[in-house]
Amino acid sequence: MKKLLIALVTLLPSLAMAASGHSVHLESANVDLHDKASLERGLDSFQHYCSGCHSTQYQRYERVATDLGISNDDMRNKYMFTGAKIGDLMENAIPTPDAAKWFGAAPPDLTLVARVRGADWVFSYLKGFYLDETRPFGVNNTVFPSVGMPHVLQDLQGLATVTKDEAGNASLVKDKDGNLVTTGGKLTAEEYDQVVRDITGFLVYSAEPVQLEREALGWWVLGFLFIFFIIAYLLKKEYWKDVH
Amino acid sequence: MVKNIIDWIDARIPMTATYNRHVGQYATPKNFNFWYFFGSLALLVLVNQLLTGIWLTMNYVPTAEGAFASVEYIMRDVDYGWLLRYMHSTGASAFFFVIYMHMFRGLIYGSYQKPRELLWLFGMLIFLVLMAEAFMGYLLPWGQMSYWGAQVIISLFGAIPVIGDDLTLWIRGDYVISGATLNRFFALHVIALPLVLVVLVFLHLIALHEVGSNNPDGVEIKKNKDENGWPIDGIPFHPYYTVKDIMGVAGFLIVFCYVLFFMPEGGGYFLEKPNFEAANPMKTPEHIAPVWYFTPFYAILRAIPDKLVGVIGMGLSIAVLFLLPWLDRCKVKSIRYRSMIHKINIAQFTVSFIILGYLGVVPATPELTIAARVFTFTYFAFFVALWVYSKNEKTKEVPTRVTH
Repeated sequence: MKKLLIALVTLLPSLAMAASGHSVHLESANVDLHDKASLERGLDSFQHYCSGCHSTQYQRYERVATDLGISNDDMRNKYMFTGAKIGDLMENAIPTPDAAKWFGAAPPDLTLVARVRGADWVFSYLKGFYLDETRPFGVNNTVFPSVGMPHVLQDLQGLATVTKDEAGNASLVKDKDGNLVTTGGKLTAEEYDQVVRDITGFLVYSAEPVQLEREALGWWVLGFLFIFFIIAYLLKKEYWKDVH
Repeated sequence: MVKNIIDWIDARIPMTATYNRHVGQYATPKNFNFWYFFGSLALLVLVNQLLTGIWLTMNYVPTAEGAFASVEYIMRDVDYGWLLRYMHSTGASAFFFVIYMHMFRGLIYGSYQKPRELLWLFGMLIFLVLMAEAFMGYLLPWGQMSYWGAQVIISLFGAIPVIGDDLTLWIRGDYVISGATLNRFFALHVIALPLVLVVLVFLHLIALHEVGSNNPDGVEIKKNKDENGWPIDGIPFHPYYTVKDIMGVAGFLIVFCYVLFFMPEGGGYFLEKPNFEAANPMKTPEHIAPVWYFTPFYAILRAIPDKLVGVIGMGLSIAVLFLLPWLDRCKVKSIRYRSMIHKINIAQFTVSFIILGYLGVVPATPELTIAARVFTFTYFAFFVALWVYSKNEKTKEVPTRVTH
């Protein structure tokens, strides 16, 4: 058994290395789902900048309000623009067939995007727009090449500066503090990072609203099982005393 | 009062006799080790799948339009629906983990040998039906990997000459995977296959209790009986192994619940990331990988250049396991008393199986394809070598009593 494990441990990393292809560097999103204020800011930004085209149609307004500690009235007045009812699913404002016609492809639903792509991808994507005249909307994206949407947050971030390698892969230019070098935009790099982190946090929440409850319950379950295991062990020992 | 009721029942069905035969007076070898937990755990996981499955069915919508959304409905709007769903999805992976451990136990201690050939065959049938059950269940969430995984696997049947295309059409019920496929897979997943599974588990247990349990020494405890006809090295299943198995259950549940509550996606191996995107027949995922428990066999399929030969190779890799009781011609059961070459053979087989499992997960590259071919060869070489050396194997002396 030990020999087996050693053989595996020595073999696997070399195989893993052989398998990994090239991939874009992603920045760490560092979202904190306990930070309800951040999640609400994320909801606010998402509803204002994204929800016109992108639905989060697997979740309901009321559930989001409850989970984020927002009153139903605040939810209605601040974050609901489509005339939906509080118990409705969060569908988008434009009809999907129209959107598909205008953009060439229907804007995808984003309820689960953080589970499909990962939080870091969402975070990096929102920071990765740069000027590219060859694209229909004049912008391209470092983590999503040939992206089919405009840079909706451009008035906040401006446009990032990029360098390109000989293969044409763009990478973002950073200053000595590690911040992106951008042109235009009314927010500083730090402020924009926070906006994007808030949106990412909201999408991580949306992808699996139950995750905090799941982990909280998990500790109780594991605690119970540990005690149960000790009792079961002692019971077994007691019974097996007379087996020789 | 209680005795009267029991007598009344016993005069009509053999309740007490059945209980004694299978639990109360079932003579179990006293030297079971860690590996013997996995039989009862398999039963536990089966019950978990059946019960959570029933509750999931109450809210699941088996249509192409509604399936994906109904799973998210269960995750969000059904009280503790997320818990049922994660119990079921984690349970699927746990089921295969437990079954693989259980089969490995049978392999190292020769539990498939005479007189337990039929027991092994029932077990292999359970494994086969379980694979079908898991495959069909994986289509139901109707995510991208559900759809494309099923597409790849069903298309394999198209490699069969003459009838291939008609066969795939018959399986799908459509020219592509569609709502029709989903409907029939749902029916098979929730009714037909679970029924078959439960019947096979019943037969597996009946066969086990007829011939008696093997043990880590591979000694038949029935050969040494006391004056009452009770095996000297045997202890009644209840209470000794019921209390021991409860301990095993607690230990297993700690690991199971850790995964369930803290990493239900299992790092993308239990719930694959692309499966959180609804099925889209127009968009093929970059990399289609089956769930981890199929990947050793999938790697064998991919390793062989010709599609039809690949399918045959994959089928053989499972079929050959059925023949194990007849490929192993040694009279000694347990690895403890068998030759060094047998130990090495089992070790290389285990390593091959695990590495094939890994290779089936990652995208194929020319180097990895060569590796997959090497380990496909060593996988099959295990059985050939076993058949050759087991006839005249240099074994150690087997004790007459179990070591405890």
